[in-house]
Amino acid sequence: MNEQVREIGTQIKVTINGEEYTARRGSTVLEICEDNGIPIPTLCAHDDLKPAGICRICVVDINGGWNLETACTWEVHDPDTVITTHSPRIRRARRAILELLLAEHCGECYTCIRGGNCELEDLAEIYGVRDLRFEREDPRFEPDTSSVSIYRDMDKCIQCRRCVRACDELQAVGALGVFGRGPESRVDTFEGMSFDEAVCTNCGQCVAHCPTGALQEIDHTRAVWAAIEDPEKHVVVQTAPAIRAAIGEEFGLPPGTSVTGRMTTALRDLGFDRVFDTNFAADLTILEEGTELLLRLQAALVEGKDVKLPQITSCSPGWIKYIELFYPDLVDHLSTCKSPQQMFGALMKSFYAEEQGIDPEKMVTVSLMPCTAKKFEAQRPEMADSGHQDVDYVLTTREMAQMIKEAGIPFTQLKDSQYDEPFGDASGAALIFGATGGVMEAALRTAYEIVTGREVPFENLNITATRGFEGFKTGSIVLEDVLDEWSFLEGVELKFGIAHGLANAHEVMERLRRGEMDDVHFIEIMACPGGCLGGGGQPIPTTDVIRQARANAIYSEDEGLPIRKSHENPHVNYLYEHYLTDGPCGHRSHELLHTEYTPRGFRLKK
Amino acid sequence: MKATAGVDWCEVVDALAEKHDRKPHALMGILQDLQMEYGHVCPDAQIEVALALGISPTHVSDVISFYHFLCSEPKGQYVVWLCQTISCDMADKDQIAKALSDELGISFGETTGDGLFTLEYTNCMGMCDQAPAMLVNDEVHVSLTPDSAREIIAGYRREGGLG
Ligand code: SF4
Ligand code: SF4
Ligand code: FES
Repeated sequence: MNEQVREIGTQIKVTINGEEYTARRGSTVLEICEDNGIPIPTLCAHDDLKPAGICRICVVDINGGWNLETACTWEVHDPDTVITTHSPRIRRARRAILELLLAEHCGECYTCIRGGNCELEDLAEIYGVRDLRFEREDPRFEPDTSSVSIYRDMDKCIQCRRCVRACDELQAVGALGVFGRGPESRVDTFEGMSFDEAVCTNCGQCVAHCPTGALQEIDHTRAVWAAIEDPEKHVVVQTAPAIRAAIGEEFGLPPGTSVTGRMTTALRDLGFDRVFDTNFAADLTILEEGTELLLRLQAALVEGKDVKLPQITSCSPGWIKYIELFYPDLVDHLSTCKSPQQMFGALMKSFYAEEQGIDPEKMVTVSLMPCTAKKFEAQRPEMADSGHQDVDYVLTTREMAQMIKEAGIPFTQLKDSQYDEPFGDASGAALIFGATGGVMEAALRTAYEIVTGREVPFENLNITATRGFEGFKTGSIVLEDVLDEWSFLEGVELKFGIAHGLANAHEVMERLRRGEMDDVHFIEIMACPGGCLGGGGQPIPTTDVIRQARANAIYSEDEGLPIRKSHENPHVNYLYEHYLTDGPCGHRSHELLHTEYTPRGFRLKK
Repeated sequence: MKATAGVDWCEVVDALAEKHDRKPHALMGILQDLQMEYGHVCPDAQIEVALALGISPTHVSDVISFYHFLCSEPKGQYVVWLCQTISCDMADKDQIAKALSDELGISFGETTGDGLFTLEYTNCMGMCDQAPAMLVNDEVHVSLTPDSAREIIAGYRREGGLG
């Protein structure tokens, strides 16, 4: 083996701009500079993605070489490397690259959704670009508004390929590619399909990784303003667990600041008639999905029926579309439970409308989600079990923050307030749905207790095996001294798996297909890296450091809540006593809270 | 060139994957074989290639779009590739382009109504010393003049008309 390669990871000395620094052998110049606070401009680099060296804005001088090299891809192996990050030549090269990019970029910053949070705009600012050296090219594209989730304006694209790489590396979907060459090249889909026809899961990771406004969510803010301003309408909003740990970032608060109370106040100030917590429906999901699992186990172990195990979670609409597209023959593994958003929506226009005596026709249900795929899910034709479209509009975290700013609400200074009843309190178990592993942890807290009559045997109810950002985690819990009615589970080792990011989901499904998951009972899959807290609708940027901070906020809020287990949520119990009277997975709940899937496949339709 | 109607692409691609390999590195070989046999690689075939190699159909078509000599839609029986790179450009390739366009009654990128000819540009094919040059299918023609270009086309027209 080459000596240099063997020594990767050892400490070496390098010289940067005449100063000596210690660095890890094998790190890139960009990493070393970032660690030491030396600024290097980047566009195609992103912490989540492999270095690609595409945009060349990061060029530096290595050992006075003939060519400038890209800092994001140049790995330092030689202990005597001399790096220069600023010189007249470097400045001119970077400036020329930037000017060429700007000539191709058609867009007006003040009408752009990313105005103020655009990496290209930032660079133009840093480089003091006040006029354009090269004439601006004519627009080449029509915006693509076909998708219910993602809006494409390719005239703003700088071809950094972060979307392409996110869709490949993180999501294993491969919806996007670069077509043509030279000045003709463009980011596009297979056969130039519109986004609604393309093989795309609507997850929004491409949007979350785009440095410019070329990719955005489809706007629902205008429709929501109109609903709020219409006195005839009763407008309710539900907020997903992952929002409260992230929306503060849009107002300058550090990642990981929990702003639950300020958020509910802001939503009320904005004009929503009721502010509810999606967590209520997450607790309901746990009871439905946990019961479904126990029923499947009973069918398999006692009745010897051919039910599909492992059961796989169904909360994440990007994941649902992924399995429908890529593993259409395996959709029976999915839990039939709707996602919390859709359970909530179905109950709003049925149970809530009846209890409050409100005409469902006059209700508008909005949900605040960290997710672009939720916009797709809300519009699936089957999501109308209340007799109306259950969820009318879905706002991403970013859209909601923009509305709060537009309304002039001083978010950071707001006083805390509570959610509205009857869907106010929810458990900590529901809150942790926002992080990868959270659904599993919540389900275990409840299922274990249903079966044994005792709390899960973990300190403070924290099931640490379900936590953390490893791509695929497995674990197990042994069911002992079970209650009489569950005697068939005595001594059973309940095995679970947890995956997040569709590339990891892909691995899990391939293993499942090979029969390597036959001994696993329950798998949680979330489409986005980190789970919902890293969703495609969350504040930009999202990186591992930021995901971790958001996760910490969620887990510490869980620890502080009086109710930590879904089955102890009093509102859920009220619902089962008064409305869904035949209990979890009963007839009524099947009508409202469960769904079916569409095996799509991705071969072209003939 | 074989017709594509009714072809079972799954079967065809499977045989090619057997020949070349079932890994992404076999992509170019498989695409070249398909292009050679059928004159283009249709979207259905691209999907089967993607499935066989474990990559996304988007990346198969993205590769095809990069190379002049691969295409996803059928072209004419004769594809005329005029070199557009510097040496040919300086040797008056524009004159040749005009002659070809006039003779065929189409612009570059188009196919004649009878399906006989497609007119395309290509980048350097190494004939710089005998510029301007063009390729018709896999036959090279060099030191072109507007007249010789017209004659060459007429020759293929006769051949194609007979065949
Ligand atoms: S929404 Fe997700 S699946 Fe669709 S193109 Fe973007 S990253 Fe790929
Ligand atoms: S759409 Fe955005 S992320 Fe994709 S290549 Fe263009 S600028 Fe980069
Ligand atoms: S950031 Fe290094 S080449 Fe784009």
